[in-house]
Amino acid sequence: MTATLVKEASPPTPRHPGSARGRRLRRRGRVIALLFVLPALLLLGALVVYPVLFSVGRSFFDASGTTFVGGENYTEMFRDPATLKAIRNTAIWVVVAPTLLTGLGLILAVLVEKIRWATAFKLLLFMPMAVSFLAAGIIFRLAYDEDPDKGVLNAAVVSVHDAFQGSSSYPTARARDGEGLTKGADGSYATGADVSPGGPAAALGLVGVAPKDLPGDAEPAAAAAAGKAGPDEVRGVVYLDFTPGGGGEPGAVDRSEKGLPGVTVEAVRDGDPVARTTTAADGSFRFAGLDSGSYALKLPSANFAAPYDGISWLGPALVTPAIIGAYLWIWTGFAMVLIGAGLAALPRDALEAARMDGANEWQIFRRITVPLLAPVLTVVFVTLVINVMKVFDLVYIIAPGPVQEDATVLATQMWLVSFGGGNNQGLGSALGVLLLLLVVPAMVFNVRRFRRSQR
Amino acid sequence: MNALRRGLSSTVVQAFLVVIALVWMTPLAGLFLSSLRSAEETAEGGWWTVFTSPGQLSFENYSALLGNSGITQAFWNTVLISVPTTVLVVVVAALAGYAFAWLDFPGRDAVFLLVVALLVVPVQIGLLPVAKLFGQLGLFGTIPGVVLFHVAYGLPFAVFLLRNYFAEMPKEMLEAARMDGGSEWRIFTRLVLPVGRPAIASLAIFQFLWVWNDMLVALLFADSSAQPLTVQLQSQIRQFGSNVDVLAPGAFLSLVVPVVVFFAFQRHFVQGVMAGSVK
Repeated sequence: MTATLVKEASPPTPRHPGSARGRRLRRRGRVIALLFVLPALLLLGALVVYPVLFSVGRSFFDASGTTFVGGENYTEMFRDPATLKAIRNTAIWVVVAPTLLTGLGLILAVLVEKIRWATAFKLLLFMPMAVSFLAAGIIFRLAYDEDPDKGVLNAAVVSVHDAFQGSSSYPTARARDGEGLTKGADGSYATGADVSPGGPAAALGLVGVAPKDLPGDAEPAAAAAAGKAGPDEVRGVVYLDFTPGGGGEPGAVDRSEKGLPGVTVEAVRDGDPVARTTTAADGSFRFAGLDSGSYALKLPSANFAAPYDGISWLGPALVTPAIIGAYLWIWTGFAMVLIGAGLAALPRDALEAARMDGANEWQIFRRITVPLLAPVLTVVFVTLVINVMKVFDLVYIIAPGPVQEDATVLATQMWLVSFGGGNNQGLGSALGVLLLLLVVPAMVFNVRRFRRSQR
Repeated sequence: MNALRRGLSSTVVQAFLVVIALVWMTPLAGLFLSSLRSAEETAEGGWWTVFTSPGQLSFENYSALLGNSGITQAFWNTVLISVPTTVLVVVVAALAGYAFAWLDFPGRDAVFLLVVALLVVPVQIGLLPVAKLFGQLGLFGTIPGVVLFHVAYGLPFAVFLLRNYFAEMPKEMLEAARMDGGSEWRIFTRLVLPVGRPAIASLAIFQFLWVWNDMLVALLFADSSAQPLTVQLQSQIRQFGSNVDVLAPGAFLSLVVPVVVFFAFQRHFVQGVMAGSVK
């Protein structure tokens, strides 16, 4: 991008070459020129060039800085598990993030050309570039929160999961001992095989559900418990065997006790479930069309399963992908806008000609757009690689304390080793030099590109 | 048939981009809504519950934030760091950029190549040596120290950008000014700076946001009385974990300035970021 700004510049030609006056003027001109560049050179020399040299030198000394250890710090880097982890994670970052960003940027840049609100869309996606990594870190720390009542991502994951799998309604419910229901090995509850069609309604009492956790539509179960079943019917009620305020009788459906809606009930004959239903608002259920005989009623374990909690985004396994996700949020707009600028500069004729020849959109994209865009894609990719190598704030902020060492990258590790407790400035300097070495190819690339533009 | 297919595919594209736009807005919307809820409400449910009970929203967190002297102090520190840095970078880089483009001095092109090489030097490598240097000079922990560090690491890009922009000026223009006997200083202030305004604007906005958003440099170089918002907020995280009622409004406060700057100067900003992409 910058290369387009570069044009040839030439020094002013002295107006009186050779003459004494001309020489004096030239010397005066040089003094003035030096005064113009001096502030910049002083600052760059003292705070950038000198530190680079200092760090290179310091990296050959031990933690205290008094003993020369040669390449010891550099071999230590690949021995120490924490730094090794940092190098591995940085490698993951450098491969994954720029690839995803360039791909996503390319797709969006092509698609956004087809809509009318392209400008608004580009602005919206570019805006996160203005937000600090710290603020983005806080945003995603909140979004990735493991509790589905706090983190929006897990809230979404859990509601999708529950929509497909169904959620268990009463994870805390259990039956009182000796009141008809026995607990199976798998966590289900079942009656004995003594229920027959046409008999009195079965009352299956559960406890352990806090009144505030009852569904809002739960109704008293007493009326349903008194109902009579038809000749080929089994009826019953699942209810909360607990009277708020006290006074209830265990094992009996008291007047104020409520049914438990939404409980799955199975009728089991000789060990095989033959019918299945779900309780109504008053906790009642009913199986019709049963052959005569005796059945057991079973409340399958799914009724009592622990609720699904979602994904542990910031756990050791997923923390790096999660932080890369936050990075995508920040940088996708950049990739899209840069690639979009490249797209706008593509020769329209080539695209038109291909369209005339009957190529479809996908063929045009694969065979024409992408190859022509290759230089722009390279610049975007290289830029992202350079930036990804130095990623610090996001990892430092998003990874929770205990997971920090699973998420660590070169920049955070360098910080940790030098200042954050490690206090080994020899190793810290070596890590800094490693970071510098990693960007040297980019340095060479810039210098070459610049010199070429000057010819 | 073809038209139908095209219409259908454009609807699919629209829908896809609408989804992407919503996904991109959700994190910021979530932060903003979280910042308007009390600690108790946050403990009970996520920010999306405001859509069913909007009564939770209030600006109390923000008024508490304004009464929090640590945060207000940090806000002013952020201003005191980013504004002088921006001014200094622009002035120093404009002077040097003009000299590199139009003045003659020994080693000019070699030195400029060195500046180009410095473009990608990571700030990390400067932290330790400069911390020692500043320690000796009594600058460590102070706002001027933070500013100087930022200026130095902003310079390679700034000099590069302005030198290239100035070099594009027509030669005749400068020669005419020199013929008229204008001093270099006069030419610089009366001619070069006004002509270079677009590049200077891009640079200033880019530099301002860069420094406003920095955490790493200030984390090391600013002591507790000099720390900017970013450092203050991260120390809140370290101390208290996720106390959303402070973090969310704090983060929102820290990002509202850059976002306003972004929307006010979007073109300059985009150009600055794109030009800075080699950094």
